[in-house]
Amino acid sequence: MTTAATSTPKMKAAAGGHVRFYGIWLIGIAALLVLPMIFSSGGSLTSFSLIGIAIIFALSYNILLGQTGLLSFGHAVHYGLGGFAACHMMNAVVSHGWPIPLPFIPLFGGLGGLVFAIIIGWVMTKRAGTVFAMISLGIGELVASSSLILRSVFGGEAGITTDRTALPKMLGWSFGPQIQVYYLIAFWLVLSAIAMYALTRTPLGRICNAVRDNPERVQFIGYDPHVVRYLAFCFAGFFAGIAGGLAAINFEIANSAYLGAIQSGLVLFSSFIGGVAYFFGPILGAILVTYLQLGLTNVTGVWQLYFGIIFIGIVMFAPGGIAGLLMMHRPLVRAGTLWTVIPSYLVAIVPTVALACGVILTIETVARYSSGDPINLFGIAFNPTSPVTWIAAAVLVVGGSFVARLTWRRIAEAWDRAATVARDRGYLA
Amino acid sequence: MSEAVIGTSEAAIGNGAAGPDKRAAIEVRAVEKRFGNVGIIRDLNLSVAQGERHAIIGPNGAGKSTTFNLISGHIKPTSGEVRLNGDLISGLQPFEINRRGLSRSFQVTNVFARMSVWENVRCAVLWATGHRYAFWKNVDSLPEVRERTAQILDDIHLTHRRDVPAGLLTYAEQRELEIGITIASGATVVMLDEPTAGMSNAETERAVALIRRLTEGKTLVIVEHDMSVVFGLADRISVLVYGHIIASGTPQEIRRDPKVKEAYLGEEAH
Repeated sequence: MTTAATSTPKMKAAAGGHVRFYGIWLIGIAALLVLPMIFSSGGSLTSFSLIGIAIIFALSYNILLGQTGLLSFGHAVHYGLGGFAACHMMNAVVSHGWPIPLPFIPLFGGLGGLVFAIIIGWVMTKRAGTVFAMISLGIGELVASSSLILRSVFGGEAGITTDRTALPKMLGWSFGPQIQVYYLIAFWLVLSAIAMYALTRTPLGRICNAVRDNPERVQFIGYDPHVVRYLAFCFAGFFAGIAGGLAAINFEIANSAYLGAIQSGLVLFSSFIGGVAYFFGPILGAILVTYLQLGLTNVTGVWQLYFGIIFIGIVMFAPGGIAGLLMMHRPLVRAGTLWTVIPSYLVAIVPTVALACGVILTIETVARYSSGDPINLFGIAFNPTSPVTWIAAAVLVVGGSFVARLTWRRIAEAWDRAATVARDRGYLA
Repeated sequence: MSEAVIGTSEAAIGNGAAGPDKRAAIEVRAVEKRFGNVGIIRDLNLSVAQGERHAIIGPNGAGKSTTFNLISGHIKPTSGEVRLNGDLISGLQPFEINRRGLSRSFQVTNVFARMSVWENVRCAVLWATGHRYAFWKNVDSLPEVRERTAQILDDIHLTHRRDVPAGLLTYAEQRELEIGITIASGATVVMLDEPTAGMSNAETERAVALIRRLTEGKTLVIVEHDMSVVFGLADRISVLVYGHIIASGTPQEIRRDPKVKEAYLGEEAH
């Protein structure tokens, strides 16, 4: 997602940039179309559907965090209310016989998220920073607990159920099979992603970035940062509502879990791991986190611990997230010095993997010591009660970290050399 | 204290010449600012005529930046009034004052650090070109925005750095960008807070030439410590001591003023 250059001397570069820019989007759309043909099992279709929803949700969150600098702990409120709005709308369509087919339902989810944002947002966005974060946490808890009390709207513990196939058919699609739901989600994903990207390229989108960087100065170039934050909040609420509406269609239910703190935490987590500084960061984060969430739960009982470790690791060592790590290499690629860094990466792989295995073995040993369940690490079975396992874990952790640190230092040195060359060649400021 | 009392009468005489002119670009009348019990600004009177280059000088802690903050709406006066082109602006929000044609820079560089130089200036152009909070227009395809941004980048000699994040510029470049952002809206009243602070002699000279050129035909209010800059640039000078203007006049008048010599210039020269 390179920024399109605009000046005349750079026309050629801009033309190349345009090809690459549209190329990336077309590749993404093609991948969405083709994926279910390659991985057509029910399990992968469900995974893809969940990932698609998670991507829209994470992108909507990044309108707040990455674009406008608003850290929200309650973004799932809009997602959840979007889900409930979609469920109620679907049930109303069925009971009144309105001619609204299923593909339009996510729009009503979006409106649900938007209306709540319009109502609550003006007060919430008066201040940024800690004040906003705390209020968002409070509102999140308020709505989540209300959802259990206001039974007529939220259906209490059971939630609101619906039947997506009862709606009027469109183009002969009943949306019973998961594949049809997947394509519906993919359609809304493309639409939402384009809309959210376009938003970043508007005057409002640019001023959102300015508010993120320096809300004080924004006031002295004619803008009210409060209005800017409010508008960003409303857009984020709208797109989160679309994601919630799609989730309601996918699961045919909306319940209090949709708008709780766990859901709010997950989207923060996804966006941050992916990298909030780039538009595509939250996409990577949503894919990885959803995939890990689905995959790790089958493998280990303490999957949340791994989530926590990954999160801490990213915050400490790569605050730019995965996208930040990837984009770090762009100046080196342009300067042609990337190849000087690659060998040190390759050297570092073995000790780093050894260290990771040691950590995993340690965690699993502790987690399974009392139950005695065997640990299966990449096909090798370990007994958590056996001293052999403990020694193996200790050797891997101590030896791995010792060697890994040496190789990491070599990466840093190689990186410095490559960056110096890139700087000399004018590709790095 | 007795000095301050004498100062009051001096200032009244100094401002008497300008009078309560309705067309003054900036008219500050009897403004007071207290933080708790501490009076930072006391009975501040200042008049800046249209098209005038007005410098505010004074020792450290005299309240020069506070005066800037009071006029630009960054902080609200405890009492008194501020008028811009005859309209009352005290009590308005900074962005409302900015929309009425007053723009200011900051003593400590205050740019959008993670955005490129181009984006910094463009953001400052957007409101003035009427695009406001538009979320239905592509910002890259607004010709007047592009032209004006390019023009300002050219003016501040930063065209070759247009894609560099503002936070990575050199100090002098950041100061130039600061001026660029300030004038980008096309405001008719420009206030610069120590634009050459921390610059080398060569950089200062460059910056002064830049300021002179870019504020042509505008009203300029400048806070500055460098006396060569002040006496070279200003049509009129006001001397601020302990939150109070003790003298206001042409550079010659200020040079001759015994109160100023005692309170400020004398101190400077030891």
